[in-house]
Parts: sequence; structure tokens; C-alpha cells
Amino acid sequence: MIGVASRQPRPAMAPGPLVALLAPLLPLGGVAGHSVGFVDSPVAVAGLVLLVGTLLLRRLAVGALSEAVILSVGVAAGYGATLRLLADGLAPDAGLWLLLLGATLLLGRVLRLLAEVSGPARHACPALFGLAILLLWEILTRGLQVPAILLPPPSAIAAAFATNAADLWDDFRQTVLISVLRGYLLGCGAGFAVAILADRVPFLARGLLPLGNLASAIPVVGVAPIMVMWFGFDWQSKAAVIVVMTFFPMLINTLAGLASAERIQLDLMRSYAAGYWRSLLLLRLPCALPFLFNGLKINSTLALIGAIVAEFFGTPVVGMGFRISTQVARMNLDVVWASITVAALTGSLLYGALALAERRVTAWHPSFRKR
Amino acid sequence: MPAAPSPSLPPALTAVPPPAPFAEPGAEPGRTIVDVRNLTLTYQAADHPVYALSDVSLSIAQGDFISLIGPSGCGKTTLMRVIADLEQPTGGTVLVNGMTPEQARLKRAYGYVFQAPALYPWRTVERNVTLPLEIMGIPRGERQTRAREQLERVGLAGFERKFPWQLSGGMQQRVSIARALAFNPDLLLMDEPFGALDEITRDHLNLQLTQLWRRTRKTCVFVTHSIAEAVFLSTRIVVMSPRPGRILDVIDCARDLPPERTLDIRESPEFQRIAHRVREGLMEGHSYDD
Ligand SMILES: Nc1ncnc2c1ncn2[C@@H]1O[C@H](COP(=O)(O)OP(=O)(O)OP(=O)(O)O)[C@@H](O)[C@H]1O
Ligand SMILES: [Mg+2]
Repeated sequence: MIGVASRQPRPAMAPGPLVALLAPLLPLGGVAGHSVGFVDSPVAVAGLVLLVGTLLLRRLAVGALSEAVILSVGVAAGYGATLRLLADGLAPDAGLWLLLLGATLLLGRVLRLLAEVSGPARHACPALFGLAILLLWEILTRGLQVPAILLPPPSAIAAAFATNAADLWDDFRQTVLISVLRGYLLGCGAGFAVAILADRVPFLARGLLPLGNLASAIPVVGVAPIMVMWFGFDWQSKAAVIVVMTFFPMLINTLAGLASAERIQLDLMRSYAAGYWRSLLLLRLPCALPFLFNGLKINSTLALIGAIVAEFFGTPVVGMGFRISTQVARMNLDVVWASITVAALTGSLLYGALALAERRVTAWHPSFRKR
Repeated sequence: MPAAPSPSLPPALTAVPPPAPFAEPGAEPGRTIVDVRNLTLTYQAADHPVYALSDVSLSIAQGDFISLIGPSGCGKTTLMRVIADLEQPTGGTVLVNGMTPEQARLKRAYGYVFQAPALYPWRTVERNVTLPLEIMGIPRGERQTRAREQLERVGLAGFERKFPWQLSGGMQQRVSIARALAFNPDLLLMDEPFGALDEITRDHLNLQLTQLWRRTRKTCVFVTHSIAEAVFLSTRIVVMSPRPGRILDVIDCARDLPPERTLDIRESPEFQRIAHRVREGLMEGHSYDD
């Protein structure tokens, strides 16, 4: 039934989170060599009580969403208590791990409930999932005392982010705003233009397509040093690497797109005596749009990878690839992780923006259309 | 008996035929507009040739409404495609108003309604109808009025802003009819335009089409599988048969049926007699299969 989704029967509750009730029977952990019992720690007890309390309170919930909200208070209490105790210098033992396990099982229940809600709240499930991964990463790296060289906790990465913000911004400007943007526009533009040309000159298409397969197999690490030798240390060599990487995907996608107009649609243009450019503009390019966006999306990731790898082979002392290679050598892994974060965010933002544009421009396409 | 006054022009002017101006409304009826002679078309399929048309001769006069009827695969679509320069014949000649089909196509003589709607999904219904007008360089305001008028004629007023995929199959086909009408071609080629429609809508559009034809005297070539539809609309019916595709019979309807037609003439004995003859022709065509 529509509109009464909240009254749909909710999935049954598994008793998993109740394992947390065993936690008080076990040692909580140690501070400076002294063992601490679970009930000796007001923070641990408060976390456990809240967690179990929300399990009882969930009967008050009227729907999946409200139950998820109530239970997430319990999850927050379990995670919060754990983080607090770790921050106080506790070396965790079985009791704390059991509390964390209970909270995590409860989180599973919350996610399961949220996966079924619709409307604006549907974004809560993936958001909470991401947040939980960050928190678990933080707790596990701290609690298990993972060396920062291997994997720093997110808080350390965030701190490195803050202290190196100026450098990271300079890197971003050099790598993304200068090299990637120019190389991407050049590579995609050239691929598109040559595709249009090859559409009119058939031998070009037949000659270039086999080369495309070769080009896609060329390793970046081989091309990058050559381009640095040809074009120097600055952005030109990075843009050249990007052009090499993005040209053929764009060419091939554009050619496939131009060939995708249906026979009957072409016949219609022919019966109107529409010339080459008319049918290109009015029929074949609109038909090619989904293919063009495919090429643009693939290339957005390729361009970023190309620029960063190329910077390993020489830059004016700035750029994301330069930062990563030098900070690895100095064992400043938190800065490396901060750089990786910037790269990952940039890549997904670029891709997301293109996907959004695609959705708007090709809303008529069967994969997006809504009646 | 005094000789009938000749309507023809003085010899001095007819000696050099005027460079065929395309039939403006009121061009003299009876002039041959499509002349098909000994047309043969063989498709070279992968293993064996398909004789889609074999020695087809047909002459269509200005203002004719010709229906092609015949079993599936007998070459009706192929014949229309040859006339419209969408297919090259392997033998014979086609002249359209004294020109080759290609010259006629370049003069934008054809309004072709394909067997499938062939709408562009990224354009709204209205912008689909204005597409040929855009190509012809007609100003925006006029494009819109013409599109609205034709959409109303096919019963789709109010759907201008919809996209084709938001319409049913029959509605899409009506959009494609409106598109062909809006562009006001000299020769309307319609390939089973009403095949996907319900009986009532079909009757309504048959009536609209015959009224339109009577008003404009536009030359129409129309493919249908419905005997009643063919008899109702046509001045002449061309019965075809398959393997190889050829013309079995050409039946004149204009002689026995009035040019002004309403749906109830379908009950008249003349109508029934012509329908019967078409049916006989079709059955004769089918007997070749056995
Ligand atoms: N492009 C093609 N290649 C090969 N054979 C074709 C092609 N187009 C049509 N044919 C064949 O030519 C014959 C005539 O086809 P056509 O489309 O003209 O038939 P039709 O009379 O329009 O049939 P229907 O009533 O089913 O639309 C058929 O046997 C068909 O298989
Ligand atoms: Mg056909």
C-alpha cells in the first residue's frame, strides 16, 4: 500500500546485540599496567545501559525510521563510550570489545531498517555506513595499536590535513586545476574532433581503431618519463600524458555513438534532404550523447591517475604525485593519506558531476526515463 | 459535334515543357506525378536473392489516393522506399514529376510516414512535429502554429510538451502522421499509418484523412492491410502478391464511389462489390503459396 509504508511489518529483531550484556563479566582493559573492571568505569557502564535501554525503548517506535532513530542512540552510546575510553589511554580487553561488538550488531539492525525507507531519509543508510567504517577504522587502529606507518587512524589523517592545508591546496591547484583540467579538455576535445573527422574520412576510422587497442595497453609509467623529457617538468608533460590516455577512449566512444542512430531515424533525415551537418546536429550527436558521457566519465578517472603518476617523474616541487612520492620517502604517511583523500574526493566529485550532467542532458534515454 | 475547347496551352509554350514546378494546390488533376516502369528490385540476402519487386509498372496521377494492399512481405514498403529514393532499384525506371526520385527528394517532395513512428526521443512531441520545418528554415512562430494545428487534427492537442516515450504506440504513430502533414509535402507516402490503432480512432482518422485529401487534393500513397480502409480512402487500389512481389490488379474506386465519403458508404452495395473484388485478388495472390 502507498503512503502507509511505516506500518509495514518490520523485520524481526535478532538477539545479537544482547552479547553486550556479557561485557560486565569480563575485564574492560588496562590503564598504565593496572587492570580495570567493567563496572569500575562509569563511561563503560553508561554506554552499556544506554545501549540496552534503547533495545527496550524500541517498542515505542511506530515505523522503521523511528525505530532506526531510537536504536542509533544505542549505537552512538556504544561507539562513543569505546572512543572515550581509548582516548583516556585504556588498553582494551575483552569487555570493551564485547561492548563494541554489541553496538556493531545493533548498527547492523539500524542499517537494515534504513535500507527500506524511502524519501529524503534514504540517503541515511549509505551515510551512516560510511561513518561507521570511519569510526571502526579509528577504534581498531587505536585499540590494536596499529603502527601509523601501516595505517594511521582517520583522526591523524584529519590532523595532517589541517596542518598541511596550504601545501595540499597548492598541490590541488597544480595537479587538478592546471594539469588535469587542461589535459582532460585537450584529450577529450581532440578525441571528439578526430572522431567527427574519421566519420567523414572512413580510412581514418579504419586506421585509428586498431591503434586505439594498442594505446589502451600502453603503461602510464612508460609514457610519463618520455613526456617529461619531451615537454619538461611543468604541466605540459602531465597534460601530454593525459592526452595520450584519454584520446582513444573518447575517439572510440564518439565513433560508436555516431554509429548508434537507427536506420529508420536516418531515413527520416534523408527524406527531408537534410545535409551531413544537419543530420549530425539534429540526429546523430543527440544519439551519441550517452556514449560521449561514457567516454567523459572514464576519462575523468584516467586523467587524474595519469597526472599523479606523471608527477612521480618530475615536477616543479608541487603537485599531488610529488607530495606523495616525497612524503613516503620521509615516512610521513599521514600526509600521504591526506593527499590520497584529496585525490579520491576529487575523482569522485568529477565523476559525480559528470553523472549528474548526463542524467540531466540524456533524461530521455531508456536508462533514466521516468514516465 | 463541336470539338471540346482544348485546355492545353498554345504550341509555342508547350514545345518546351516548363521545368516541372511542384504541384501547387490547384495544379491540374490527372497529370502523371509518379511513373513507375518495369521496376525490379532484388535484395542480395546472405545465401539467396530475395525478389522483392518484379516488373512493377504503375502510374499515379496528381490528386490520386492510391492504396497498396497485399500479404506481408509482398514488397509494399519496398515500392514506397524506391519512390522516395530510400532504396535503389535493380532495374526499371521511376520518375517523380519528371524528375528522378533523388531530385524530387532534394526538393523535399516527400512526406514519409514510416511503418514505425521513428520519433526522436530527446524531442518533445511538438518539437518532433516541427523537426522537418526547422530543416526547411521556417520561422519559429509558424512552425509552432502548424505543429499545433496538425496535432489537433490527429487528436493529440494537449500532448505537445510530452516526450514520445510517454505516449502509447498508437499515439506515437499519430505524432508521426502529424509530422508528415505539418510539412505539407507534395506526395504523402504512408506505410500502414493506422496499423496500431483501435477501430474507433482508426475510423476517426480515416475520416480526417479523406477530408484532408479532398480539401488539398494531395497525392497519397497508402499501405494498409485493411480492405475496408483501402476501399474507403482510395481512388485506386493496387493489389500486390509476393514471391516475386508484383501487381495483380488495380481497382478503380473513384468511378463508383463519390469523392466525398462518409463512414456509412461502407454499407453501400458499390462499396461491398469493390471490397469483394479486392478480397478475390488477395486470395488469388495467396494461392501461389500453396
Ligand atoms: N533490407 C532488406 N534486405 C533483404 N531483404 C529485404 C530487405 N527489406 C525487405 N526485404 C525482403 O523483401 C520483401 C518485401 O519486403 P517489404 O518490406 O517491402 O514487404 P511489405 O509488403 O512491406 O510487408 P509488410 O506488410 O509485412 O510490411 C520481403 O520478403 C523481405 O524479406
Ligand atoms: Mg511493410
